[in-house]
Amino acid sequence: MVRFENVGLRYGLGPEVLRDLSFRVDPHSFQFLTGPSGAGKTSLLRLLYLSLKPTRGLITLFGHDVAMLSPDALATLRRRVGIVFQDFRLLDHMSTYENVALPLRVLGREEASYRDEVMELLHWVGLGERMWARPPVLSGGEKQRAAIARAVIARPQLLLADEPTGNVDPVLARRLLRLFIELNKSGTSVVIATHDIALMDLLDARRLVLHEGRMHIYE
Amino acid sequence: MSDAAMTSEPHDETAPASSAMPDTAMPAGDRAIVPADSIAGRALVAVIAIMTFLAALTLGAVVLIRAAASEWQSDVEREVTIQIKPVSGRNIDADVSKAADIATGLAGVAGVRPYSRAESARLLEPWLGTGLTLDDLPVPRLIVVRIATDATPDLAALAKALTDQIPGASLDDHRGWIDRMRAMGRTAVAIGLGLLVLVLAATTLSVTFATGGAMAANRAIIEVLHFVGAKDAFIAAQFQRHFLLLGLKGGVIGGVAAMLLFLLAGLFGDWFKGTAGEEQVSALFGSFALGPEGYGAIVGLIALIAAVTAGTSRVTVYRTLGSIE
Repeated sequence: MVRFENVGLRYGLGPEVLRDLSFRVDPHSFQFLTGPSGAGKTSLLRLLYLSLKPTRGLITLFGHDVAMLSPDALATLRRRVGIVFQDFRLLDHMSTYENVALPLRVLGREEASYRDEVMELLHWVGLGERMWARPPVLSGGEKQRAAIARAVIARPQLLLADEPTGNVDPVLARRLLRLFIELNKSGTSVVIATHDIALMDLLDARRLVLHEGRMHIYE
Repeated sequence: MSDAAMTSEPHDETAPASSAMPDTAMPAGDRAIVPADSIAGRALVAVIAIMTFLAALTLGAVVLIRAAASEWQSDVEREVTIQIKPVSGRNIDADVSKAADIATGLAGVAGVRPYSRAESARLLEPWLGTGLTLDDLPVPRLIVVRIATDATPDLAALAKALTDQIPGASLDDHRGWIDRMRAMGRTAVAIGLGLLVLVLAATTLSVTFATGGAMAANRAIIEVLHFVGAKDAFIAAQFQRHFLLLGLKGGVIGGVAAMLLFLLAGLFGDWFKGTAGEEQVSALFGSFALGPEGYGAIVGLIALIAAVTAGTSRVTVYRTLGSIE
């Protein structure tokens, strides 16, 4: 599904922040991406969701060399990837329902065709009674769940989550983890970037550990 | 999510008290992806309206000056003057009458008006005083020949006929005046066009920068659309449509205000018709009626400004997308 071969990344003329990364993310797999602050987790996630181009090396996503793809082809690939941002990135002028439905609107679907689907997912993540509220009045946990719902509404094959439990208490963090496990069971590959060791200890999953720009993999 | 029922719903204990209450507000359906109303959007409409108003005033003024300059020129062109100098041994009154007959017989002449002795004397009063006897002075006599509208009489033939048949007769077709009028008219129109170009450039730049400013507030929307898989053309179309409407709104407000101002000026001109002030103003500027050409130009200006606004938003979207990747 995702393959990195000797990937390196530097910003401008600075030192390499990621060095010789070679790893795979397999279909239906679940992994944590971890490491100390500044180790390059967010940079690696940005490479994964095609927001950055590597300085060297090869990245293939769903069998395509991303360096060879046109902007339109990259957009089509992005539709197969769900992203949960650390800062949620919900649009404040839209309701929770509209935020979650956005990926489907982008696909050109009519509202009547996805309305029930979005409502069902919102109920599933516990936002059934908050679907018409706008993000500014949602709590941190509600925003987090809305962001997760938006990431999975189009049934992505790969879900990338950047510190998805960073803004919630341990109880809610465990519930959100259960949500990711359910998604994984339904066929989505999951990569969760976190430095929350307690959260990782809750699940026996593969760990991709970044340290000083290099990756150590613990199966 | 077909297996939704199998999963317990997460509950957020950290949620504010209000979140326990269901939200009763109903959805607005497919709400615009770009917020329809924002402070930046309203400020942009105000900037566009003001700049369109100023540009439309300049445009209208240029149209008026151009029409007035052409009117001055055609007024002068519609008259020629025959001058009969006294020649010893000839009856000047008979020469005047003969010259008037020659001019009347020319095709394209609408009227001939010889100045009588008394009228010629009155023309000289400012310099020579009253009670003048023209018999004592070799004063030339004048005949004003009015040319029919849209007619082009053969003035060279008239000049030749006059000089052949009447010694001392000459034709003044006001060539010198016309050349000066033409130069003055051209200068006035060139200055007006220069000002119009400057105002249009200032308008375009203001609208471009104001649109760029309004777009800065929308960077988050562009990023989110990009990351949920929207193609660049889809994102650009959303913003282009929104900013085209903003541009049209501002343009119509400013353009229509300028049109109303010209209409009111025309009406005031009609109310004061016949007064000395109105005659001076209309002699210089013609009437304030813009005519279909002027109003059409203002409509074109509105369309141009709306297009600049939409185009700028499109360019900004692509520039933002370029900086994201």
